[in-house]
Amino acid sequence: MIEVRNLTKHYGDKHAVNDISFTVEDGEILGFLGPNGAGKSTTMNMLTGYISSTSGQALINGVDILEDPIRAKSYIGYLPELPPLYLDMTVKGYLNYIYDLKKCKLPRRAHLNEVMALCKVHDVQDRIIKNLSKGYKQRVGLAQALVGNPPVLILDEPTVGLDPKQILEIRTLIKKLGKNHTVILSSHILSEIQAVCDRIIIINKGVIAAHDTTDNLSKNISTDHRVIARIEGPRENIVKALRNINGIKYCRADMEREPGVFEYELEATAGSDIRRELFSILSENGWPLLMLRSAELTLEDVFLKITMGEGLVIEAPAAQTQENGGEA
Amino acid sequence: MGAIFRREIGAYFTSGIAYIFLAVFWLFSGYFFYVSCLNSATTDMSGMFQSLFMICIFLIPILTMRLFSEEKKQKTEQGLLTAPVSLGEIVFGKYFAALCLYTIGILMPFLYALILSSFGTVEWGIVLSNFLALFLLGAAFISVGTLVSALTENQVAAAVLSFVALMTLYMVDLIASLVTIGWIQKALNALSFYTKYFSITCGLFNVSTIVFYLSVALIFNYLTIRVFERRRWS
Repeated sequence: MIEVRNLTKHYGDKHAVNDISFTVEDGEILGFLGPNGAGKSTTMNMLTGYISSTSGQALINGVDILEDPIRAKSYIGYLPELPPLYLDMTVKGYLNYIYDLKKCKLPRRAHLNEVMALCKVHDVQDRIIKNLSKGYKQRVGLAQALVGNPPVLILDEPTVGLDPKQILEIRTLIKKLGKNHTVILSSHILSEIQAVCDRIIIINKGVIAAHDTTDNLSKNISTDHRVIARIEGPRENIVKALRNINGIKYCRADMEREPGVFEYELEATAGSDIRRELFSILSENGWPLLMLRSAELTLEDVFLKITMGEGLVIEAPAAQTQENGGEA
Repeated sequence: MGAIFRREIGAYFTSGIAYIFLAVFWLFSGYFFYVSCLNSATTDMSGMFQSLFMICIFLIPILTMRLFSEEKKQKTEQGLLTAPVSLGEIVFGKYFAALCLYTIGILMPFLYALILSSFGTVEWGIVLSNFLALFLLGAAFISVGTLVSALTENQVAAAVLSFVALMTLYMVDLIASLVTIGWIQKALNALSFYTKYFSITCGLFNVSTIVFYLSVALIFNYLTIRVFERRRWS
């Protein structure tokens, strides 16, 4: 379990990370999302004891990383942004070194074979790391983090440099590990975070911009009050009619998708459902409705909205209401 | 500490530095042995040991240059500093690896003494104390090189700067002779590496010399630890 309380890091006047607090329970995968320079790696480096914090606390399994660094570090498996690989060693030799460095007690050969099999590097175990491809290097980096079976895994962009098949494999592996480990994962690939993580923290300019479960985060902002409809009929008349719907905030005709068929984007005030009224108006006028879907925001939209500073602030999961989404 | 020590020893041999260091060290010691012992038909090895002082100044930077600079360059430092080991273990693991290789190098004079013993009587006590002096000198010099390596990111820069640092330590006597203020001259003379080493090669063995070299080694290793500590807190 990881507890972070008011963690802050200043470099001179620059606030790299400012007053971040969150908790990750055992068996949970937390996604760390943010643009470059948002403070993801800085936070991870503070959690792993690579750099100190200016103020605040980071507890790994209840142990403060600055007060008892050696014990706290022994709970962590860390894959930094650039895997710390000694290029002149063989994969096997390197993992043996890590095994010794972490002072592991597990049966050496069986454990290392298990780790190599998990990360699918056993077929290159006798090769010099220098000669491996980027994907293999990344997987050796992951294997290095798993040596010693630490309860907490901190992975900084673990799928960088992998091909699509390997990305899927690593994601499956991380999900599997997430069942009995505490995992923090950073990435700027949103679909990845969406696929793997239980909870997401979006970080921007050193502060937490949003913190919620993956489902809520995408759900809250894209609800029934935003729909996209494809309607056959005269454009101006339709727009005029649609603007008369109760509670509508915004209506706009989009491009012509088929001859005589336009797509319309509709947004109602938060909490109101306009789908039924939309249907009755269209049927009264004899305009066929060819398609209706809710305009679900992808995490990409959420991410962009939040990091572009469009005023959307989602704080605690409990405070989540649909009003937040309405302002988006 | 064992893991870091073993990895460094391994890296010395895979990178070839170990072979270069040993070959060059043995080449020069062999030359000095030939000139000062065999050629002059004497079993007194002091001359050879005196010459080895300069060889240490040239070769120890080669030994220490990659210890930390390479870690920083290859970004492996992060793995080391987030592993459950103390900074002391990291610094001393690397330091002892360099010292170990150095010790292998300076064991050669015992072979020379063995060769000499077939021609005449060798004063084993003096050979042993000379060896100890060379060992202590290396222990101090390697700690200086280790610190310099921790301050740079480039091996060549580390080697050149270590060489300059060791040359400065060697020239402390020279500087002392130029200073006219009495107490500074006295202090500089007390810090002289060469005088202490030289007096041992002449057969004057002194406990304060051992304490001096060991303290230097400890102080510089401590400073190296502080460098990492400071970097973490900056």
